[in-house]
Amino acid sequence: MNAASYSKAAGPGEGFVERHFKAFTLGPAIFVLLLIGLFPLVYSLLVSFQNITMSEQNTSFSGFIHYARLFQDTRLWQAVLHTAIFTLIALPIELVLGLMMAQLFLDRMPGRQIFVALLVLPTVVSPIVAGATWSLMFDNRFGPINQIVGWFAGQPMPLLWTIKPTLVYPAILVCEVWQWTPFMFLILLAALSNVDQSQLEAAEIDGAGFWRTFFKVVLPAIWPVMAVAIFIRALDLARLFDIIWALTRGGPGTMTETISIYSYTIGFQQFETSYTAAVAFLVIVLLSVIVTIALKRVGITR
Amino acid sequence: MSAVRSYRSLALRYIAATALTILFLFPIYWLFMISFKTPDEIYSVPPTWVPANFQFKNYAVLFQDGDVTAVWNSFVVAGTSTVVAMFLGTLCAYSLARSRSGGAALANWIISQRMIPPIAVVFPIFLLYVWLGWVDTYGGVILLYTAFNLPYVIWMMRGYIMDIPIELEESALVDGCTQWQVLRRVAFPMARTGLFATAIFTFVFAWNDFIFALVLTRTEVTTYTVQVTHYFGGQSNFWAKISAMSVLGTLPVFIVVAAMQRYLVRGISLGAVKG
Repeated sequence: MNAASYSKAAGPGEGFVERHFKAFTLGPAIFVLLLIGLFPLVYSLLVSFQNITMSEQNTSFSGFIHYARLFQDTRLWQAVLHTAIFTLIALPIELVLGLMMAQLFLDRMPGRQIFVALLVLPTVVSPIVAGATWSLMFDNRFGPINQIVGWFAGQPMPLLWTIKPTLVYPAILVCEVWQWTPFMFLILLAALSNVDQSQLEAAEIDGAGFWRTFFKVVLPAIWPVMAVAIFIRALDLARLFDIIWALTRGGPGTMTETISIYSYTIGFQQFETSYTAAVAFLVIVLLSVIVTIALKRVGITR
Repeated sequence: MSAVRSYRSLALRYIAATALTILFLFPIYWLFMISFKTPDEIYSVPPTWVPANFQFKNYAVLFQDGDVTAVWNSFVVAGTSTVVAMFLGTLCAYSLARSRSGGAALANWIISQRMIPPIAVVFPIFLLYVWLGWVDTYGGVILLYTAFNLPYVIWMMRGYIMDIPIELEESALVDGCTQWQVLRRVAFPMARTGLFATAIFTFVFAWNDFIFALVLTRTEVTTYTVQVTHYFGGQSNFWAKISAMSVLGTLPVFIVVAAMQRYLVRGISLGAVKG
């Protein structure tokens, strides 16, 4: 491309764009991003100092009453606990299962692509559809799960998976693990495939066994990618909403309520506007801090 | 001897792989099968595993009642927001990648916006939209999806642009091209596979979203994910409709993801793995 074609192509508005190229490219995106990046933070803070509930529309400054309430709200801290339980159980299972599956498909295997393409399908299903699917699967009379359990038990097993307190956690975890193990599998398979072969051969010559090779050579090699996968999944689990909405809606009672489900309930069903704003503000601030720290450690920025 | 052993191990791996695939695909199979069953087959004890004949009545009902509008709404909302987010996001990504605008801090801030729980973000947005009268409007929903997808687009496109050798752009600048021309005629065409892959995944994220649509739509802009949950009743669920609507929403995703198989790892790992 030469100077002649430049002068020919340059339109009348081009000089303006050229002079403010940086503002022109960055500006619009940043402006739209502020809608989710700044506005919620500021507006939540503002509303949380007012006193807006279903019966009251008091927009004058009400002090820290809603923040004081946060500390006495056992249901909120229960929800935090539930979210932590789901994360701490689901994440290791997904990680280990995903790793084992990746190991299975690592060596040469004709037709591997087809298996991989099929296995990732659960991950791309909408989480709400995944939850709906499993709620049909878990149905006590017409679902196949109880039928299969019945085969092993030798008698009909009309288990109430989404209602019985001892069964709701396993039910939600099964759905969660089913949907996201393929995610771990796919990423870890790619990471394992990129491990330096010569290092593996060197370890073999040194007579290192499978586990020793795994911990000394493979794990350090795949760790950067694995850390990102764990990071993404942990943050997804922290916001767990869809599959619980489809399976239990936080029930029985408030047994499976996560932070997201609880926030939705107080905000959109009990209309505790100011209090919900306080919760939202707290969640945004806390997670921003966690994410900022984690981003530095995970080294996702390259 | 070792050849026999390696064949045996390969056979065992095939068996394990097949078993795993059946296990993971069974729920999807079950969902799809329900949509072809008659009411008698859906509500039978023990459950019917294979419908006697595939009938499309459950889908026909959705079309007759106009429920498929929800799929159309999903398409409009996800499609428009994807186009807008791709346009704004790629410009921004180019600046981040090439001019190092804002440095790592800005890039980190942008990606961190994707990590905040949607419920905390959508609540104040909802209050704003009520005030503006934007609840249950296409514009309002599209704007939020655009904003929420922007971090992903910027992040992914920044990675794809950084993969392009910078020399081409530099020589184009030396030849007298304006920055805008370099962007349009050199960088964009070079990054087109990345653009395409990112657009597809952005679309899928918006298409599959539930929580924003749940909060911000009522009747006019109801997306398919929200429509599915409408079929859950207190006492009885409309199984046929749940499954048929879910299949209508899931099948397009399966098709585009199958087509994008090569870019899938990079797309879902936020660029941590370059497939």
